[in-house]
Amino acid sequence: MFSSLSLHTIIHVAVALLFPPLLLGVINRVKAVFGGRRGQPLLQAYYDLWKLMHKDSVISQTTTWVFLFGPVVSLATGILVALIIPLGHASAPLAFAGDVILAVYLLGLGRFFTMGAALDTGSAFEGMGSAREATFACLAEPVLFIGLLVLAKLTGSFSMIDVLGDGVAEAWSGATVALLLVLVSWFVVLLVENSRIPFDDPNTHLELTMIHEVMVLDHSGPALGMILYGASLKLFVFAALLVRLTGLAATGNPLADWGIFLTGTIVVACLVGVVESAMARFRLPTIPAALVGAGVVAFFGFLLVMIEL
Amino acid sequence: MTNELILVSGIGAILSGIPAAVLPARFRIGQALSALVLVFANAVGGYAVFQRLIQGPQAAVTFPSPIAGARLIVDMDGLSAFFLVPVLLVTAAASVFGLEYWKSSEHPQSFRRVPLFFGIMSGAMTLLVVAQDGLLFLAAWETMAVSALILVAAEDHIAETRRAAWLYIAASHFATLCAFGVFTILRSMTGSWEFGVIENAHGPLAAIMAALAFFGFGTKAGIMPMHVWLPSAHSQAPSHVSAIMSGVMIKMGIYGIVRVSTFFPDIPLAWGGIVLGLGTVSAILGVAFAIGQHDIKRLLAYHSVENIGIIVMGLGLALIGRATHQPAWIVLGIGGGMLHVWNHALFKSLLFLGAGSVIHTMGTRNMEVMGGLAKRMPWTANCFLIGAVAICGLPPLNGFVSEILIYTGLFRVLQDTPQGPVQAAALAAPGLAVVGALAAACFIKVVGVVFLGAPRSDRAATAHEAGRAMVGPMLVLVLCCVAIGLLPAACVPLLDTMVTSWTVGADGIPSVGTEFYLTPITIMAGLLIALCLAGCLALRWRGIADAPRGLTWDCGYAAPSPRMQYTSSSFAEMLVKLFRWALQPVVHAPSIRELFPQRARFESHVNDTVLEKAVMPAVRGGLWLVRWGRYFQNGSLQAYLLYILAIIVFLFLWQ
Repeated sequence: MFSSLSLHTIIHVAVALLFPPLLLGVINRVKAVFGGRRGQPLLQAYYDLWKLMHKDSVISQTTTWVFLFGPVVSLATGILVALIIPLGHASAPLAFAGDVILAVYLLGLGRFFTMGAALDTGSAFEGMGSAREATFACLAEPVLFIGLLVLAKLTGSFSMIDVLGDGVAEAWSGATVALLLVLVSWFVVLLVENSRIPFDDPNTHLELTMIHEVMVLDHSGPALGMILYGASLKLFVFAALLVRLTGLAATGNPLADWGIFLTGTIVVACLVGVVESAMARFRLPTIPAALVGAGVVAFFGFLLVMIEL
Repeated sequence: MTNELILVSGIGAILSGIPAAVLPARFRIGQALSALVLVFANAVGGYAVFQRLIQGPQAAVTFPSPIAGARLIVDMDGLSAFFLVPVLLVTAAASVFGLEYWKSSEHPQSFRRVPLFFGIMSGAMTLLVVAQDGLLFLAAWETMAVSALILVAAEDHIAETRRAAWLYIAASHFATLCAFGVFTILRSMTGSWEFGVIENAHGPLAAIMAALAFFGFGTKAGIMPMHVWLPSAHSQAPSHVSAIMSGVMIKMGIYGIVRVSTFFPDIPLAWGGIVLGLGTVSAILGVAFAIGQHDIKRLLAYHSVENIGIIVMGLGLALIGRATHQPAWIVLGIGGGMLHVWNHALFKSLLFLGAGSVIHTMGTRNMEVMGGLAKRMPWTANCFLIGAVAICGLPPLNGFVSEILIYTGLFRVLQDTPQGPVQAAALAAPGLAVVGALAAACFIKVVGVVFLGAPRSDRAATAHEAGRAMVGPMLVLVLCCVAIGLLPAACVPLLDTMVTSWTVGADGIPSVGTEFYLTPITIMAGLLIALCLAGCLALRWRGIADAPRGLTWDCGYAAPSPRMQYTSSSFAEMLVKLFRWALQPVVHAPSIRELFPQRARFESHVNDTVLEKAVMPAVRGGLWLVRWGRYFQNGSLQAYLLYILAIIVFLFLWQ
């Protein structure tokens, strides 16, 4: 299961732990450029994390231990998933056969306790947020799975390091359309899972219209820091899935692969920023329709693979 | 010796209720003695299972049967041994729970018959799974079904309970009728009632037998269109009875299907496809119906429909594997499905016991008046939370292990077949993903509305923790859930024995442990727990324990009231709307016409669509068709005896 402690493993762990907050800075910078502003420093998320870790917190008197366990679990599961998926090299520190399913379910566990922490406060708004999160997760998760089925079929494996490994690069020549469809549907999943416009607006002023942000209204100090860090890890994980799916980071030259991978995640972050700047938020009732649409797109990809091979 | 031991265990369990039924109620010694006898009998049974695992197959115990020319056979094979584990464990735990939950002082009208029939039902299930012939099987089956009826109707002064009991016994007798059909066909094909592979099982008769088994036993198990009896029976029964009904009794339906599937030397591909398809439908719609419920036990009951669906999916995959001769699919499908039988028995009985503990102090099953119970009953709340994580199939607990086996099997379908319609089976994998996400939504709703937040009623604000006899059994079940989640490899020997016994005579069947390497799950679970512990320690180190306490932030509103919280219905509203084509929710919403609207009420219910829109009309239609038969059904015993005599005379003449 564990690959020997090679250089790639060390780089993997370092990148997975240190790189994610940068993506938040990139998104903000892109949005600032579109808005004609100078924007925050690129490293703002790191400063925020540092600041939050040193702050005191206030806790709602309604809450139990679940309230603080939510941030801990969402961070822990984020870290584990980042160590399961391949990054700049077709290997991962915690890879094993079947880890595809574990990765999805770990994200589900993080979501479960985030929703629990929100309900623990007894606030109407946080309950609203967790109800929406729960609903959209039910629609987003199968989309992710259909994509994984397509990849499992093409690569003949169900371990993340093969499914998103070098085999994908070869598969592009045979199943271009199918993989493109998966790519599109996964980008939608990335936007939903990371609470981005057009599905959710992390910067809105009305608690009533939020999904993810409203669930963490009561967290403060280090717990909020954990949530922020966990969210950046989740964004990084999904960006990494997309970059690996393109198969570009498989040139054979290790240095070039890591370079392409890191650039790729930044490009994904830029794309998210562009979408956020160019689109308005969907009305809440249209979100399920958009997600079902993404599922249908992914399903077409699945049918293509079934027929082509 | 193992077969004699298990026989002793079963008979001991059947007799265990006698002390409670005859001893004076004052000292509660009868109830305690009954529980003790049942626990001891089940411990003997557990020892027998352990010996069977070590010693391998033993000589069967046979008795002459009351029907000439047949014999009753008791033999614990791998399949029996596997199903015995949840039967013995869960009934013992639930009987201890019942000591405090069903006190003689609180239930003067039923405290004698509940332990009596609880024991009979437990022992009947033990005998049911070790029976190796149709006669003993049917006897045990009917004993189980009838004692369950008396347990469901424990509070028969409530009209709703009586209705639930009638519905249950009607469905149960449909199942029994089908079972009679199955064993009659078995007898006509092999000339004996004894279980075994039917060499000449081909043609329409075999198909009828398979269909009778699937739909009959499937009714008992609660597979989707046949689940109609399950929600009301599970919610009306006493909670410790619901725990064994949902945890173990409906698994006897699964056992029936699995056992009958060993009779056929080869399985047509279509059977596997139908089973997998109905399993998926059952899983998705079961959890969808669960989301719309306000009654905590009805909600848990619909989750049984969902989990039975997952088990049946595993079975369907294994049948497809047998039809296409793919050992890996067989092992992963039956291994995952049957491990889910264990897991569901553990976490669902845990959840029903937890719900029982809540109902015991709240006096109602309606979740909308609960809230904030975690502060007042922390043991129950934490046990329930662990059960909830387990039932959602989330790591690091046991539900995840069985689901990952089924997932792996479904992924293997895609990889092992180059082409063909069989590949469509893999589509059950995204179906399972939907089920997982919906179950998580549903259970965070239950945990959030019942245990977290602020109390929604005075009763919830003054709730109290359950006593030791109720918390103890829950803790035992929690330990089992955690143990299987952390060390799944420990289940492999018993799983392999079960697979060998299910695939009678087949060669080249690998071990579950080699088809799916389970050690990484242990390592990942350990890492997950370690990381969470580290995170908690980090928060402590940052002084979170002494953090000042304040009001919940409600957008600056300084006096939030518990009534402003999201309720169970509001949490579920969007999901219920997504599934309204199946759920058909009944909504009474106020229509606001004036400028200053008066006080208004909003209500929404999700009733059982299948029961109301399909089964009841069909039953009414059927009654209309056979209305002339009412002439013979006149309620007079003498007339019925006359009919029997007439039929026997006719049979003699016809011979």
